[in-house]
Amino acid sequence: MEIIKGVPLTSYILLCSMLFSIGVLGVLYRRNALVIFMCIELMLNSVNLLLVAFSRYYSDSNAQVFVFFIMAVAAAEVSVGLAILMMIYRNTKTTDIDALNKLKF
Amino acid sequence: MEQFIPLIPLMPLIGFAVLGLAGNNISKLMAAIIGCTAIAVSFVFSLLVFNAQLGTEESVTVTMFNWFEAGSFKVELAFLVDHLTSIFLLIVTGVGLLIHIYSSGYMHDDIAHNRFFTYLNLFIFFMLLLVMGNNYLVMFIGWEGVGLCSYLLIGFWHKVDAYNKAANKAFIMNRIGDLGLLLGIFLLYTKFGTLNFIDIKSHLAEIQVGDPTIVVATLLLFIGAMGKSAQIPLHTWLPDAMAGPTPVSALIHAATMVTAGIYMVVRSNFIYSLAPFTLEFIAIIGLITAFVAATIALFQNDIKKVLAYSTLSQLGYMFLALGVGAYSSGVFHVMTHAFFKALLFLGAGSVIHAMSGEQDLLKMGGLRKKIPLTFITFLIGVLAISGFPFTSGFVSKDEILMSVFYHNKLYFYIAAAVAVITAFYMMRLLMLAFFGTFRGTHEQEHHLHESPASMTMPLVVLAILSMLGGLVQLPHIYGGKPIFEEFLNSIAPTLKHEDASLAMKEWLMLGVTCLGFVVVYFLTKKFYADDKFEGVYTGFKKTLANNYYFDEIYNTLFTKPLNFISQYYNAFDRLVIDGGVDGIGKLVNWGGDKLRYLQTGYTGFYLFAMVLSIAAFLIISLFNLL
Repeated sequence: MEIIKGVPLTSYILLCSMLFSIGVLGVLYRRNALVIFMCIELMLNSVNLLLVAFSRYYSDSNAQVFVFFIMAVAAAEVSVGLAILMMIYRNTKTTDIDALNKLKF
Repeated sequence: MEQFIPLIPLMPLIGFAVLGLAGNNISKLMAAIIGCTAIAVSFVFSLLVFNAQLGTEESVTVTMFNWFEAGSFKVELAFLVDHLTSIFLLIVTGVGLLIHIYSSGYMHDDIAHNRFFTYLNLFIFFMLLLVMGNNYLVMFIGWEGVGLCSYLLIGFWHKVDAYNKAANKAFIMNRIGDLGLLLGIFLLYTKFGTLNFIDIKSHLAEIQVGDPTIVVATLLLFIGAMGKSAQIPLHTWLPDAMAGPTPVSALIHAATMVTAGIYMVVRSNFIYSLAPFTLEFIAIIGLITAFVAATIALFQNDIKKVLAYSTLSQLGYMFLALGVGAYSSGVFHVMTHAFFKALLFLGAGSVIHAMSGEQDLLKMGGLRKKIPLTFITFLIGVLAISGFPFTSGFVSKDEILMSVFYHNKLYFYIAAAVAVITAFYMMRLLMLAFFGTFRGTHEQEHHLHESPASMTMPLVVLAILSMLGGLVQLPHIYGGKPIFEEFLNSIAPTLKHEDASLAMKEWLMLGVTCLGFVVVYFLTKKFYADDKFEGVYTGFKKTLANNYYFDEIYNTLFTKPLNFISQYYNAFDRLVIDGGVDGIGKLVNWGGDKLRYLQTGYTGFYLFAMVLSIAAFLIISLFNLL
């Protein structure tokens, strides 16, 4: 317990922020839809990590319950997202996100 | 009884709705039946209401709903039924019913027969609202509504452009008067804080006689009456309104709408009694109108125009009566005038029907043998309006003349002169149309026939009413009991003049009237009954025949300058106002045209926009920027 508490909170915050921004930049820069999904998962998991860290440091388990919620929602969202990606692939034979660009001015 | 009161105006409204929606999809007979039944039901209810009012002095107020409330100012749509209302209800529904029955015969061959009955029912509805309202605003709804129906009915044969112009003229002149009425209502509100008749009456103890606000308010209200009841100078629309079908002239411009001004003044009599200046003004305007109109009627060649100017003249008489304080006499003259003027107009319609649409007196003549029933009823109408002894017209005119005599001798002599002129031009009309030899075309002569029963039956009923209507107000001298005046006493008290010589004056007037009749009969017979009448007027007579050139004067003074300025109004309207409204639309179009570039279709761009927005929200909430 003490070892874990030995790591200062700020390093956790820093770590999670960096993970989160990597996730955001990945979503913005990558063209492959699967990679974008993975980056979204990365963002979600960084928030999970931060929540657990806060929960440990303030001995409040409400945050851990919230982590479970986030995990469940992430699972549901991934299943739906992958199903949509499957349909896109079947229609356009590619996973490039710029494949569907007809709905424009 | 109270549950019947809202039904009285409701029946014509339902009739209007049914006829308006059905249009030409129902037969003419069906439309006539619906129209007449609606009014007949209202008439029966009016009889019940009148019967109930006979026994009591109390007024009945029936509130329908709250119209609007603004702060402490509350206006309800409510009906007030008292003695005055019940009399007007009988007049409006009774004469209205007879005219509806007449119209089913007169308009029988017209394509737009159903539309006519729709408008007639609507008119009766608005007129009933006018006389039944318990505050000035409900009365104003009816006031405006009858103006609208007048416009619709005068321009009924709208394919003829001249009729449309006449309808416009009537409506616009009415509106000029309505401005005065509205200003008067506003003033009354600022003074009393309420527009309810009964509430205003209870406030009156605080006002002194001659209070300036009251004088101005009553003057403005009277301007409204001048427009609606066609007093000089707002009278030129009434002769032109003869462009409408004859039942319209009978109903609107003889029996009901033009008497709305009288009703308004009598209803507000307690306010007018506090403004002697306005009363004097009313009397003078009434007198001038009566005199001018009578002189014009002497030189008219169209049968309906003579009757139109005669209406103007009689309206002047009614306002003269109001102006000298004889309110019940004014209302009594309204009633008798409704009888004999409707009779005269319907009779004229019968003559026009027989003459296949001809209205020119110069082409008529000798009709009394061809259409005897019309002749007899018309004769009775002429006798009534001229004041033949003991007809209804005689009783009402006598009363007015008596009240005027005690007020101002000069007015009396002018009013008496008007009575003589009235007798003269009505006899002239009778002689030209019914005596002598026929001056029309051969084809018209061939076609002359008595009107159908639907047209002659109302004539007979009205003739009987014109003869016997005077009995309710016969003065004591002749052995009668003036119950009409007693009936109205609580609403509109009349100044009584009792002096020793009253009886003698009455007998003197009776004698003079009889003598006058003999003289007039022989004079008109000499001038007009023997076909030496040319009908062309020169010099001074020409001015009178052309309505003292009132129309021409108004044209140059008002119409042409207004038309000229209106060009600029039109330009302003199109460029600035329409430009502004259209401009907003164009702005939206332009904005949309520029915003569409956001829809690129690239998912990457959308993701970027999402991230940007979230970042913006975060920054704004963190630093409390908004």
